[in-house]
Amino acid sequence: MVNTAVGLLVLAGVLGFAVARPRGLPEAAAALPGAAVVVAAGLVPWHEVRAEVAALAPTVGFLAAVLVLAHLADEHGVFAYAGTLVGAASRGSPQRLLRLVFVLASVVTAVLSLDATVVLLTPIVLATATGIGVRPKPHLYACGHLANTGSLLLPVSNLTNLLAFTASGLGFTRFAALMVLPWLAVITVEYVIFRRMFALDLTATAPPLTPARRSAHPPWYAIGVLVVTLAGFALAEPVGVHPAWVAAVGAAALAVPRLARKPLGEAGRLVRAANLPFCAFVFGLGVVVQAVRSGPVGDLVDHLVPGDTGLLGLLAAALLAAVLANLVNNLPATLMLVPLVAHSPGLVLAVLIGVNIGPNLTYVGSLATLLWRQVLHTRDHSPGIGEFLRLGIVTVPACLLVGVGTLWASLHLVGLP
Amino acid sequence: MKIVIWVTEGTWTACVDAARDLPADHTVLLHVIDADSIEAAEGARAGLLGRGLADNTATTGTLTAAQARLLDAAEARLGRPTQREARHGRPEREVVAACTTADLLVLARDGDRGRLGPRSIGPHTRFVIDHAPCRVLLLWPEPPPGLETMPPPPHRPRRA
Repeated sequence: MVNTAVGLLVLAGVLGFAVARPRGLPEAAAALPGAAVVVAAGLVPWHEVRAEVAALAPTVGFLAAVLVLAHLADEHGVFAYAGTLVGAASRGSPQRLLRLVFVLASVVTAVLSLDATVVLLTPIVLATATGIGVRPKPHLYACGHLANTGSLLLPVSNLTNLLAFTASGLGFTRFAALMVLPWLAVITVEYVIFRRMFALDLTATAPPLTPARRSAHPPWYAIGVLVVTLAGFALAEPVGVHPAWVAAVGAAALAVPRLARKPLGEAGRLVRAANLPFCAFVFGLGVVVQAVRSGPVGDLVDHLVPGDTGLLGLLAAALLAAVLANLVNNLPATLMLVPLVAHSPGLVLAVLIGVNIGPNLTYVGSLATLLWRQVLHTRDHSPGIGEFLRLGIVTVPACLLVGVGTLWASLHLVGLP
Repeated sequence: MKIVIWVTEGTWTACVDAARDLPADHTVLLHVIDADSIEAAEGARAGLLGRGLADNTATTGTLTAAQARLLDAAEARLGRPTQREARHGRPEREVVAACTTADLLVLARDGDRGRLGPRSIGPHTRFVIDHAPCRVLLLWPEPPPGLETMPPPPHRPRRA
Protein backbone atom coordinates (compact mmCIF):
# COMPACT_ATOMS: atom_id res chain seq x y z
CA MET A 1 0.00 0.00 0.00
CA VAL A 2 2.83 2.37 0.96
CA ASN A 3 4.64 1.36 -2.23
CA THR A 4 1.64 2.26 -4.36
CA ALA A 5 1.33 5.63 -2.67
CA VAL A 6 5.04 6.34 -3.18
CA GLY A 7 4.86 5.33 -6.85
CA LEU A 8 1.79 7.49 -7.51
CA LEU A 9 3.26 10.46 -5.64
CA VAL A 10 6.49 10.28 -7.63
CA LEU A 11 4.56 9.99 -10.91
CA ALA A 12 2.38 12.96 -9.95
CA GLY A 13 5.49 14.93 -9.01
CA VAL A 14 7.25 14.12 -12.29
CA LEU A 15 4.20 15.04 -14.38
CA GLY A 16 3.39 18.12 -12.31
CA PHE A 17 6.95 19.35 -12.73
CA ALA A 18 6.80 18.70 -16.48
CA VAL A 19 3.58 20.73 -16.76
CA ALA A 20 4.63 23.67 -14.58
CA ARG A 21 8.36 23.68 -15.49
CA PRO A 22 9.52 25.84 -12.55
CA ARG A 23 12.33 28.22 -13.60
CA GLY A 24 12.15 26.74 -17.11
CA LEU A 25 14.11 23.69 -15.98
CA PRO A 26 14.04 20.69 -18.33
CA GLU A 27 11.45 18.03 -17.48
CA ALA A 28 14.20 15.46 -16.97
CA ALA A 29 15.27 17.41 -13.87
CA ALA A 30 12.37 15.76 -12.03
CA ALA A 31 12.02 12.55 -14.05
CA LEU A 32 15.53 11.24 -13.39
CA PRO A 33 15.49 11.86 -9.60
CA GLY A 34 11.96 10.41 -9.62
CA ALA A 35 13.26 7.26 -11.26
CA ALA A 36 16.07 7.12 -8.69
CA VAL A 37 13.54 7.37 -5.84
CA VAL A 38 11.36 4.50 -7.06
CA VAL A 39 14.45 2.34 -7.57
CA ALA A 40 15.88 3.25 -4.15
CA ALA A 41 12.51 2.53 -2.53
CA GLY A 42 12.66 -0.93 -4.05
CA LEU A 43 9.55 -0.41 -6.21
CA VAL A 44 11.37 -1.55 -9.33
CA PRO A 45 14.15 -4.13 -8.95
CA TRP A 46 17.45 -3.20 -10.56
CA HIS A 47 17.30 -5.91 -13.24
CA GLU A 48 13.88 -4.64 -14.34
CA VAL A 49 15.27 -1.11 -14.62
CA ARG A 50 17.99 -2.42 -16.90
CA ALA A 51 15.43 -4.34 -18.96
CA GLU A 52 13.16 -1.25 -19.26
CA VAL A 53 16.05 0.99 -20.28
CA ALA A 54 17.28 -1.60 -22.78
CA ALA A 55 13.77 -1.90 -24.22
CA LEU A 56 13.40 1.87 -24.51
CA ALA A 57 16.89 2.51 -25.90
CA PRO A 58 16.18 1.82 -29.61
CA THR A 59 12.95 3.83 -29.36
CA VAL A 60 14.70 6.82 -27.80
CA GLY A 61 17.49 6.54 -30.38
CA PHE A 62 14.86 6.53 -33.12
CA LEU A 63 13.19 9.55 -31.51
CA ALA A 64 16.44 11.54 -31.41
CA ALA A 65 17.20 10.65 -35.04
CA VAL A 66 13.74 11.73 -36.22
CA LEU A 67 14.00 15.02 -34.30
CA VAL A 68 17.34 15.71 -35.98
CA LEU A 69 15.96 14.68 -39.38
CA ALA A 70 13.04 17.13 -39.06
CA HIS A 71 15.33 19.91 -37.85
CA LEU A 72 17.62 19.41 -40.84
CA ALA A 73 14.71 19.29 -43.27
CA ASP A 74 13.70 22.68 -41.85
CA GLU A 75 17.24 24.02 -42.18
CA HIS A 76 17.30 22.90 -45.81
CA GLY A 77 14.17 24.97 -46.36
CA VAL A 78 11.73 22.10 -46.93
CA PHE A 79 8.98 23.61 -44.76
CA ALA A 80 9.47 27.14 -46.05
CA TYR A 81 9.25 25.82 -49.61
CA ALA A 82 6.08 23.89 -48.79
CA GLY A 83 4.66 27.09 -47.30
CA THR A 84 5.24 29.17 -50.44
CA LEU A 85 3.86 26.33 -52.54
CA VAL A 86 0.55 26.03 -50.66
CA GLY A 87 0.33 29.82 -50.34
CA ALA A 88 0.53 30.24 -54.11
CA ALA A 89 -1.76 27.28 -54.81
CA SER A 90 -4.47 28.59 -52.49
CA ARG A 91 -4.89 31.73 -54.65
CA GLY A 92 -6.24 33.77 -51.73
CA SER A 93 -9.01 31.32 -50.85
CA PRO A 94 -9.05 30.33 -47.16
CA GLN A 95 -10.95 27.15 -48.01
CA ARG A 96 -8.39 26.04 -50.56
CA LEU A 97 -5.64 26.90 -48.09
CA LEU A 98 -7.33 24.78 -45.43
CA ARG A 99 -7.46 21.78 -47.79
CA LEU A 100 -3.78 22.20 -48.62
CA VAL A 101 -2.81 22.64 -44.97
CA PHE A 102 -4.71 19.44 -44.15
CA VAL A 103 -2.71 17.52 -46.74
CA LEU A 104 0.59 19.12 -45.77
CA ALA A 105 0.17 18.73 -42.00
CA SER A 106 -0.97 15.11 -42.38
CA VAL A 107 2.03 14.20 -44.52
CA VAL A 108 4.56 16.09 -42.38
CA THR A 109 3.17 14.49 -39.22
CA ALA A 110 3.20 11.01 -40.72
CA VAL A 111 6.74 11.23 -42.10
CA LEU A 112 8.56 13.51 -39.65
CA SER A 113 6.43 13.16 -36.49
CA LEU A 114 4.01 15.41 -34.69
CA ASP A 115 6.82 17.48 -33.20
CA ALA A 116 7.77 18.64 -36.69
CA THR A 117 4.20 19.76 -37.38
CA VAL A 118 3.76 21.63 -34.10
CA VAL A 119 7.20 23.21 -33.82
CA LEU A 120 8.33 23.66 -37.42
CA LEU A 121 5.29 23.63 -39.69
CA THR A 122 2.85 25.72 -37.59
CA PRO A 123 4.89 28.97 -37.82
CA ILE A 124 5.17 28.45 -41.59
CA VAL A 125 1.41 27.94 -41.93
CA LEU A 126 0.80 31.05 -39.82
CA ALA A 127 3.13 33.11 -42.02
CA THR A 128 1.48 31.71 -45.16
CA ALA A 129 -2.07 32.44 -44.00
CA THR A 130 -1.30 35.97 -42.83
CA GLY A 131 0.80 36.54 -45.96
CA ILE A 132 -2.19 35.97 -48.22
CA GLY A 133 -4.43 37.96 -45.88
CA VAL A 134 -6.82 35.28 -44.60
CA ARG A 135 -7.81 34.66 -40.98
CA PRO A 136 -5.20 32.20 -39.72
CA LYS A 137 -7.16 30.60 -36.90
CA PRO A 138 -8.67 27.57 -38.69
CA HIS A 139 -5.33 26.76 -40.27
CA LEU A 140 -3.51 26.98 -36.93
CA TYR A 141 -6.08 24.72 -35.29
CA ALA A 142 -5.71 22.35 -38.25
CA CYS A 143 -1.96 22.02 -37.57
CA GLY A 144 -2.61 21.38 -33.87
CA HIS A 145 -5.30 18.79 -34.50
CA LEU A 146 -3.55 17.00 -37.35
CA ALA A 147 -0.35 16.71 -35.32
CA ASN A 148 -2.45 14.28 -33.28
CA THR A 149 -4.94 12.72 -35.69
CA GLY A 150 -2.42 12.68 -38.54
CA SER A 151 0.04 10.69 -36.43
CA LEU A 152 -1.67 7.32 -36.82
CA LEU A 153 0.00 6.22 -40.04
CA LEU A 154 3.62 5.23 -39.39
CA PRO A 155 5.64 4.09 -36.39
CA VAL A 156 7.72 7.28 -36.76
CA SER A 157 4.73 9.63 -36.70
CA ASN A 158 4.41 9.89 -32.93
CA LEU A 159 6.54 8.97 -29.93
CA THR A 160 3.55 6.93 -28.71
CA ASN A 161 3.73 4.87 -31.92
CA LEU A 162 7.46 4.33 -31.43
CA LEU A 163 6.83 3.12 -27.89
CA ALA A 164 4.12 0.72 -29.04
CA PHE A 165 5.75 -0.37 -32.27
CA THR A 166 8.28 -2.79 -30.76
CA ALA A 167 5.69 -4.20 -28.36
CA SER A 168 3.19 -4.78 -31.16
CA GLY A 169 5.52 -7.18 -32.97
CA LEU A 170 4.31 -5.71 -36.27
CA GLY A 171 6.68 -4.84 -39.08
CA PHE A 172 6.96 -1.27 -40.37
CA THR A 173 5.00 -2.02 -43.55
CA ARG A 174 2.24 -3.98 -41.87
CA PHE A 175 1.82 -1.28 -39.22
CA ALA A 176 1.36 1.27 -42.02
CA ALA A 177 -0.94 -1.03 -44.01
CA LEU A 178 -3.21 -1.53 -40.99
CA MET A 179 -3.26 2.16 -40.09
CA VAL A 180 -3.64 3.76 -43.52
CA LEU A 181 -7.42 3.37 -43.59
CA PRO A 182 -7.98 4.76 -40.05
CA TRP A 183 -5.53 7.58 -40.85
CA LEU A 184 -7.39 8.65 -43.99
CA ALA A 185 -10.78 8.24 -42.32
CA VAL A 186 -10.06 10.36 -39.23
CA ILE A 187 -8.44 13.11 -41.31
CA THR A 188 -11.58 13.23 -43.44
CA VAL A 189 -13.77 13.45 -40.35
CA GLU A 190 -11.63 16.32 -39.01
CA TYR A 191 -11.88 18.12 -42.34
CA VAL A 192 -15.67 17.90 -42.51
CA ILE A 193 -15.99 19.17 -38.93
CA PHE A 194 -13.47 21.99 -39.49
CA ARG A 195 -15.34 23.20 -42.56
CA ARG A 196 -18.53 23.43 -40.51
CA MET A 197 -17.10 24.86 -37.29
CA PHE A 198 -14.95 27.50 -38.98
CA ALA A 199 -17.41 28.26 -41.78
CA LEU A 200 -17.42 31.98 -40.90
CA ASP A 201 -13.65 32.38 -40.91
CA LEU A 202 -13.43 30.46 -44.17
CA THR A 203 -16.04 32.34 -46.22
CA ALA A 204 -14.32 35.63 -46.93
CA THR A 205 -11.86 35.51 -49.80
CA ALA A 206 -9.16 38.06 -49.24
CA PRO A 207 -7.75 40.44 -51.78
CA PRO A 208 -4.02 39.65 -51.95
CA LEU A 209 -2.03 41.93 -49.67
CA THR A 210 1.47 41.22 -50.85
CA PRO A 211 2.28 40.09 -54.38
CA ALA A 212 2.75 36.30 -54.45
CA ARG A 213 6.37 35.55 -53.70
CA ARG A 214 8.25 33.80 -56.45
CA SER A 215 8.61 30.28 -55.15
CA ALA A 216 12.20 29.71 -54.17
CA HIS A 217 14.31 27.00 -55.70
CA PRO A 218 12.93 23.66 -54.47
CA PRO A 219 15.30 21.98 -51.97
CA TRP A 220 15.52 18.86 -54.14
CA TYR A 221 18.42 17.30 -52.27
CA ALA A 222 16.60 17.37 -48.91
CA ILE A 223 13.32 16.20 -50.45
CA GLY A 224 15.17 13.34 -52.16
CA VAL A 225 16.84 12.29 -48.90
CA LEU A 226 13.48 12.31 -47.10
CA VAL A 227 11.85 10.13 -49.78
CA VAL A 228 14.75 7.66 -49.75
CA THR A 229 14.69 7.57 -45.92
CA LEU A 230 10.97 6.83 -45.95
CA ALA A 231 11.48 4.01 -48.44
CA GLY A 232 14.41 2.84 -46.32
CA PHE A 233 12.15 2.42 -43.26
CA ALA A 234 10.03 -0.09 -45.14
CA LEU A 235 12.87 -1.86 -46.97
CA ALA A 236 15.49 -2.11 -44.22
CA GLU A 237 13.33 -3.71 -41.59
CA PRO A 238 12.74 -7.11 -43.26
CA VAL A 239 16.52 -7.54 -43.48
CA GLY A 240 16.85 -6.88 -39.75
CA VAL A 241 17.93 -3.22 -39.71
CA HIS A 242 16.10 -1.19 -37.05
CA PRO A 243 14.41 1.95 -38.51
CA ALA A 244 16.41 4.05 -36.01
CA TRP A 245 19.51 3.37 -38.15
CA VAL A 246 17.71 4.38 -41.32
CA ALA A 247 16.61 7.65 -39.70
CA ALA A 248 20.18 8.22 -38.50
CA VAL A 249 21.59 7.65 -42.01
CA GLY A 250 18.98 10.03 -43.46
CA ALA A 251 19.87 12.66 -40.87
CA ALA A 252 23.57 12.18 -41.61
CA ALA A 253 22.97 12.64 -45.34
CA LEU A 254 21.24 15.96 -44.63
CA ALA A 255 23.84 17.01 -42.06
CA VAL A 256 26.95 16.45 -44.21
CA PRO A 257 26.60 19.44 -46.59
CA ARG A 258 25.87 21.76 -43.65
CA LEU A 259 28.60 20.32 -41.40
CA ALA A 260 31.12 20.75 -44.19
CA ARG A 261 30.36 24.48 -44.27
CA LYS A 262 30.27 25.30 -40.53
CA PRO A 263 31.38 22.26 -38.53
CA LEU A 264 31.23 23.57 -34.96
CA GLY A 265 28.11 25.70 -34.95
CA GLU A 266 26.16 23.11 -36.90
CA ALA A 267 27.23 20.24 -34.65
CA GLY A 268 25.99 22.21 -31.65
CA ARG A 269 22.64 22.81 -33.33
CA LEU A 270 22.32 19.11 -34.17
CA VAL A 271 22.89 18.08 -30.55
CA ARG A 272 20.28 20.62 -29.45
CA ALA A 273 17.87 19.29 -32.08
CA ALA A 274 18.30 15.74 -30.75
CA ASN A 275 16.89 17.12 -27.46
CA LEU A 276 18.86 14.90 -25.08
CA PRO A 277 17.01 16.18 -21.98
CA PHE A 278 13.79 14.96 -23.61
CA CYS A 279 15.37 11.54 -24.27
CA ALA A 280 16.44 11.40 -20.61
CA PHE A 281 12.90 12.36 -19.61
CA VAL A 282 11.48 9.40 -21.57
CA PHE A 283 13.86 6.98 -19.78
CA GLY A 284 13.01 8.45 -16.37
CA LEU A 285 9.28 8.46 -17.03
CA GLY A 286 9.51 4.87 -18.28
CA VAL A 287 10.98 3.68 -14.97
CA VAL A 288 8.51 5.69 -12.85
CA VAL A 289 5.50 4.44 -14.81
CA GLN A 290 6.81 0.91 -14.45
CA ALA A 291 6.75 1.33 -10.67
CA VAL A 292 3.07 2.30 -10.84
CA ARG A 293 2.21 -0.37 -13.39
CA SER A 294 3.59 -3.20 -11.28
CA GLY A 295 1.35 -2.29 -8.31
CA PRO A 296 -2.42 -2.34 -7.71
CA VAL A 297 -2.98 0.60 -10.09
CA GLY A 298 -1.52 -1.46 -12.90
CA ASP A 299 -3.77 -4.37 -11.87
CA LEU A 300 -6.78 -2.05 -11.95
CA VAL A 301 -5.94 -0.75 -15.43
CA ASP A 302 -5.18 -4.31 -16.52
CA HIS A 303 -8.66 -5.24 -15.29
CA LEU A 304 -10.17 -2.48 -17.45
CA VAL A 305 -8.28 -3.52 -20.59
CA PRO A 306 -10.56 -5.63 -22.78
CA GLY A 307 -9.48 -9.16 -23.58
CA ASP A 308 -10.92 -9.62 -27.04
CA THR A 309 -10.23 -7.81 -30.30
CA GLY A 310 -13.79 -7.64 -31.55
CA LEU A 311 -15.15 -4.24 -32.52
CA LEU A 312 -16.33 -3.57 -28.95
CA GLY A 313 -13.02 -4.68 -27.45
CA LEU A 314 -11.09 -2.36 -29.74
CA LEU A 315 -13.46 0.49 -28.96
CA ALA A 316 -13.12 -0.06 -25.21
CA ALA A 317 -9.32 -0.08 -25.49
CA ALA A 318 -9.30 3.14 -27.51
CA LEU A 319 -11.72 4.85 -25.11
CA LEU A 320 -9.69 3.83 -22.07
CA ALA A 321 -6.54 5.11 -23.77
CA ALA A 322 -8.19 8.40 -24.74
CA VAL A 323 -9.46 8.99 -21.19
CA LEU A 324 -6.06 8.19 -19.65
CA ALA A 325 -4.31 10.41 -22.21
CA ASN A 326 -6.49 13.35 -21.20
CA LEU A 327 -6.01 12.71 -17.50
CA VAL A 328 -2.22 12.42 -17.46
CA ASN A 329 -0.98 13.17 -21.02
CA ASN A 330 -0.51 10.50 -23.64
CA LEU A 331 3.14 9.58 -22.98
CA PRO A 332 2.58 8.10 -19.51
CA ALA A 333 -0.72 6.67 -20.77
CA THR A 334 1.11 4.82 -23.53
CA LEU A 335 3.86 3.59 -21.19
CA MET A 336 1.15 2.34 -18.85
CA LEU A 337 -1.13 0.66 -21.39
CA VAL A 338 1.10 -0.80 -24.07
CA PRO A 339 2.73 -3.55 -21.96
CA LEU A 340 -0.76 -4.57 -20.80
CA VAL A 341 -2.06 -5.07 -24.34
CA ALA A 342 1.21 -6.20 -25.94
CA HIS A 343 -0.17 -9.73 -26.40
CA SER A 344 -2.56 -8.45 -29.07
CA PRO A 345 -1.38 -6.24 -31.96
CA GLY A 346 -4.99 -5.24 -32.65
CA LEU A 347 -5.41 -3.90 -29.14
CA VAL A 348 -2.05 -2.10 -29.34
CA LEU A 349 -3.24 -0.26 -32.45
CA ALA A 350 -6.59 0.54 -30.81
CA VAL A 351 -4.72 1.98 -27.81
CA LEU A 352 -2.65 4.08 -30.22
CA ILE A 353 -5.82 5.45 -31.82
CA GLY A 354 -6.96 6.43 -28.32
CA VAL A 355 -3.72 8.03 -27.14
CA ASN A 356 -3.09 9.81 -30.44
CA ILE A 357 -6.57 11.21 -31.08
CA GLY A 358 -7.55 11.67 -27.43
CA PRO A 359 -5.28 14.69 -26.72
CA ASN A 360 -7.34 16.80 -29.13
CA LEU A 361 -10.07 16.85 -26.49
CA THR A 362 -8.14 19.08 -24.10
CA TYR A 363 -5.93 20.26 -26.99
CA VAL A 364 -3.09 21.26 -24.65
CA GLY A 365 -2.28 17.61 -23.93
CA SER A 366 -4.00 16.90 -20.65
CA LEU A 367 -6.36 18.20 -18.03
CA ALA A 368 -3.41 19.21 -15.84
CA THR A 369 -1.86 21.34 -18.59
CA LEU A 370 -5.24 22.89 -19.33
CA LEU A 371 -5.72 23.94 -15.71
CA TRP A 372 -2.15 25.15 -15.40
CA ARG A 373 -2.47 27.35 -18.48
CA GLN A 374 -5.66 28.84 -17.08
CA VAL A 375 -3.78 29.72 -13.89
CA LEU A 376 -0.97 31.31 -15.92
CA HIS A 377 -3.42 33.30 -18.02
CA THR A 378 -5.51 34.73 -15.20
CA ARG A 379 -3.39 37.89 -15.17
CA ASP A 380 -3.37 38.74 -18.89
CA HIS A 381 -6.06 38.45 -21.56
CA SER A 382 -7.23 34.94 -20.98
CA PRO A 383 -7.99 33.21 -24.26
CA GLY A 384 -11.31 31.39 -24.14
CA ILE A 385 -10.87 27.70 -23.56
CA GLY A 386 -14.43 27.29 -24.83
CA GLU A 387 -13.46 27.26 -28.47
CA PHE A 388 -10.92 24.47 -28.46
CA LEU A 389 -12.92 22.41 -25.99
CA ARG A 390 -15.93 22.71 -28.31
CA LEU A 391 -13.78 21.66 -31.24
CA GLY A 392 -12.42 18.73 -29.21
CA ILE A 393 -15.81 17.57 -27.99
CA VAL A 394 -17.09 17.43 -31.56
CA THR A 395 -14.02 15.91 -33.26
CA VAL A 396 -12.62 13.43 -30.73
CA PRO A 397 -15.63 11.11 -30.24
CA ALA A 398 -16.32 11.11 -33.99
CA CYS A 399 -12.67 10.39 -34.84
CA LEU A 400 -12.42 7.65 -32.19
CA LEU A 401 -15.51 5.87 -33.53
CA VAL A 402 -14.48 6.18 -37.16
CA GLY A 403 -10.83 5.35 -36.39
CA VAL A 404 -11.69 2.20 -34.45
CA GLY A 405 -14.31 1.12 -37.01
CA THR A 406 -11.82 1.41 -39.87
CA LEU A 407 -9.10 -0.29 -37.79
CA TRP A 408 -11.46 -3.21 -37.23
CA ALA A 409 -12.09 -3.38 -40.99
CA SER A 410 -8.34 -3.12 -41.67
CA LEU A 411 -7.56 -5.97 -39.27
CA HIS A 412 -9.92 -8.14 -41.32
CA LEU A 413 -8.76 -6.91 -44.72
CA VAL A 414 -5.00 -6.82 -44.13
CA GLY A 415 -4.79 -9.44 -41.39
CA LEU A 416 -2.18 -9.95 -38.70
CA PRO A 417 1.07 -11.85 -39.15
CA MET B 1 -17.60 63.15 -36.58
CA LYS B 2 -15.34 60.34 -35.32
CA ILE B 3 -15.70 57.07 -37.17
CA VAL B 4 -14.15 53.74 -36.32
CA ILE B 5 -13.59 51.26 -39.16
CA TRP B 6 -13.35 47.66 -37.99
CA VAL B 7 -10.82 46.07 -40.33
CA THR B 8 -11.08 42.28 -40.60
CA GLU B 9 -9.36 39.93 -43.03
CA GLY B 10 -11.41 39.24 -46.10
CA THR B 11 -14.06 41.94 -45.68
CA TRP B 12 -12.12 45.13 -44.89
CA THR B 13 -12.15 46.60 -48.41
CA ALA B 14 -15.92 47.13 -48.34
CA CYS B 15 -15.67 49.03 -45.04
CA VAL B 16 -12.85 51.27 -46.24
CA ASP B 17 -14.64 52.03 -49.53
CA ALA B 18 -17.84 53.01 -47.72
CA ALA B 19 -15.99 55.13 -45.16
CA ARG B 20 -14.23 57.12 -47.87
CA ASP B 21 -17.49 58.96 -48.69
CA LEU B 22 -18.37 59.75 -45.07
CA PRO B 23 -17.83 63.26 -43.67
CA ALA B 24 -15.39 62.33 -40.94
CA ASP B 25 -12.90 64.62 -39.27
CA HIS B 26 -11.39 61.76 -37.28
CA THR B 27 -11.02 58.25 -38.70
CA VAL B 28 -9.78 55.29 -36.67
CA LEU B 29 -8.70 52.05 -38.33
CA LEU B 30 -9.18 49.23 -35.84
CA HIS B 31 -7.91 45.68 -36.08
CA VAL B 32 -8.03 43.02 -33.36
CA ILE B 33 -5.78 39.96 -33.20
CA ASP B 34 -7.96 37.11 -31.94
CA ALA B 35 -6.40 35.75 -28.72
CA ASP B 36 -7.74 32.34 -29.73
CA SER B 37 -5.42 32.36 -32.76
CA ILE B 38 -2.43 32.68 -30.46
CA GLU B 39 -3.74 29.95 -28.19
CA ALA B 40 -4.35 27.69 -31.21
CA ALA B 41 -0.62 27.76 -31.95
CA GLU B 42 0.67 27.85 -28.36
CA GLY B 43 -1.71 25.24 -26.94
CA ALA B 44 -0.38 22.63 -29.34
CA ARG B 45 3.17 23.35 -28.13
CA ALA B 46 2.05 22.97 -24.53
CA GLY B 47 0.63 19.56 -25.47
CA LEU B 48 4.10 18.22 -26.28
CA LEU B 49 5.05 16.94 -22.83
CA GLY B 50 8.71 16.71 -21.96
CA ARG B 51 10.16 18.60 -24.95
CA GLY B 52 11.23 21.59 -22.90
CA LEU B 53 9.27 23.97 -25.16
CA ALA B 54 8.44 27.47 -24.02
CA ASP B 55 5.66 29.51 -25.63
CA ASN B 56 6.82 30.83 -28.97
CA THR B 57 6.86 34.62 -28.97
CA ALA B 58 7.26 34.52 -32.76
CA THR B 59 3.54 33.66 -33.04
CA THR B 60 2.51 37.01 -31.62
CA GLY B 61 5.26 38.68 -33.67
CA THR B 62 3.98 37.24 -36.95
CA LEU B 63 0.40 38.20 -36.13
CA THR B 64 1.42 41.73 -35.13
CA ALA B 65 3.39 42.20 -38.35
CA ALA B 66 0.41 40.96 -40.38
CA GLN B 67 -1.84 43.35 -38.46
CA ALA B 68 0.46 46.26 -39.35
CA ARG B 69 0.47 45.25 -43.03
CA LEU B 70 -3.32 45.04 -43.07
CA LEU B 71 -3.68 48.48 -41.47
CA ASP B 72 -1.12 49.86 -43.96
CA ALA B 73 -3.15 48.49 -46.85
CA ALA B 74 -6.39 49.88 -45.38
CA GLU B 75 -4.90 53.34 -44.88
CA ALA B 76 -3.48 53.36 -48.40
CA ARG B 77 -6.87 52.37 -49.82
CA LEU B 78 -8.67 55.00 -47.76
CA GLY B 79 -6.28 57.66 -49.00
CA ARG B 80 -6.31 59.96 -45.98
CA PRO B 81 -4.44 60.03 -42.67
CA THR B 82 -6.00 57.96 -39.91
CA GLN B 83 -5.44 56.98 -36.35
CA ARG B 84 -4.59 53.29 -36.03
CA GLU B 85 -5.74 51.11 -33.25
CA ALA B 86 -4.02 47.72 -33.11
CA ARG B 87 -5.46 45.57 -30.36
CA HIS B 88 -5.44 41.95 -29.31
CA GLY B 89 -7.84 39.95 -27.20
CA ARG B 90 -11.42 38.87 -27.73
CA PRO B 91 -12.40 40.67 -30.93
CA GLU B 92 -16.03 41.43 -30.07
CA ARG B 93 -15.15 42.96 -26.69
CA GLU B 94 -12.15 44.89 -27.99
CA VAL B 95 -14.23 46.45 -30.75
CA VAL B 96 -16.93 47.59 -28.37
CA ALA B 97 -14.27 49.03 -26.05
CA ALA B 98 -12.66 50.89 -28.96
CA CYS B 99 -15.97 52.63 -29.78
CA THR B 100 -16.55 54.41 -26.46
CA THR B 101 -15.91 57.89 -27.91
CA ALA B 102 -16.90 57.16 -31.51
CA ASP B 103 -19.92 58.53 -33.34
CA LEU B 104 -20.09 55.78 -35.92
CA LEU B 105 -18.72 52.25 -36.27
CA VAL B 106 -18.31 50.85 -39.78
CA LEU B 107 -18.26 47.07 -40.05
CA ALA B 108 -19.07 44.28 -42.48
CA ARG B 109 -21.30 41.24 -42.28
CA ASP B 110 -19.18 38.16 -41.72
CA GLY B 111 -21.77 35.41 -41.53
CA ASP B 112 -23.04 32.79 -43.95
CA ARG B 113 -24.33 35.06 -46.72
CA GLY B 114 -25.37 32.12 -48.88
CA ARG B 115 -28.49 31.68 -46.73
CA LEU B 116 -29.94 35.01 -45.69
CA GLY B 117 -31.39 34.99 -42.20
CA PRO B 118 -30.11 35.17 -38.64
CA ARG B 119 -26.85 33.44 -39.58
CA SER B 120 -25.82 35.97 -42.19
CA ILE B 121 -24.27 37.85 -39.27
CA GLY B 122 -21.62 35.98 -37.30
CA PRO B 123 -21.55 35.84 -33.49
CA HIS B 124 -18.75 38.41 -33.06
CA THR B 125 -20.48 40.91 -35.34
CA ARG B 126 -23.80 40.19 -33.65
CA PHE B 127 -22.26 40.98 -30.25
CA VAL B 128 -20.76 44.23 -31.53
CA ILE B 129 -24.03 45.36 -33.13
CA ASP B 130 -25.85 44.72 -29.86
CA HIS B 131 -23.36 46.42 -27.57
CA ALA B 132 -21.62 49.16 -29.57
CA PRO B 133 -22.14 52.52 -27.77
CA CYS B 134 -22.57 54.42 -31.06
CA ARG B 135 -24.35 54.31 -34.39
CA VAL B 136 -23.43 51.36 -36.59
CA LEU B 137 -23.04 51.17 -40.35
CA LEU B 138 -23.39 47.53 -41.39
CA LEU B 139 -22.16 46.70 -44.88
CA TRP B 140 -22.26 43.85 -47.32
CA PRO B 141 -18.72 42.80 -48.28
CA GLU B 142 -20.09 42.19 -51.78
CA PRO B 143 -22.96 44.01 -53.59
CA PRO B 144 -26.16 43.73 -51.55
CA PRO B 145 -28.62 40.98 -52.51
CA GLY B 146 -31.49 41.77 -54.87
CA LEU B 147 -35.14 41.91 -53.92
CA GLU B 148 -35.71 38.44 -55.35
CA THR B 149 -33.83 36.94 -52.40
CA MET B 150 -36.70 37.96 -50.11
CA PRO B 151 -38.72 34.88 -49.16
CA PRO B 152 -42.45 34.81 -49.94
CA PRO B 153 -44.68 36.02 -47.10
CA PRO B 154 -45.67 33.31 -44.64
CA HIS B 155 -48.74 31.38 -45.67
CA ARG B 156 -51.80 32.29 -43.63
CA PRO B 157 -54.80 29.96 -43.56
CA ARG B 158 -57.87 31.87 -44.80
CA ARG B 159 -60.66 32.25 -42.30
CA ALA B 160 -63.93 30.72 -43.23
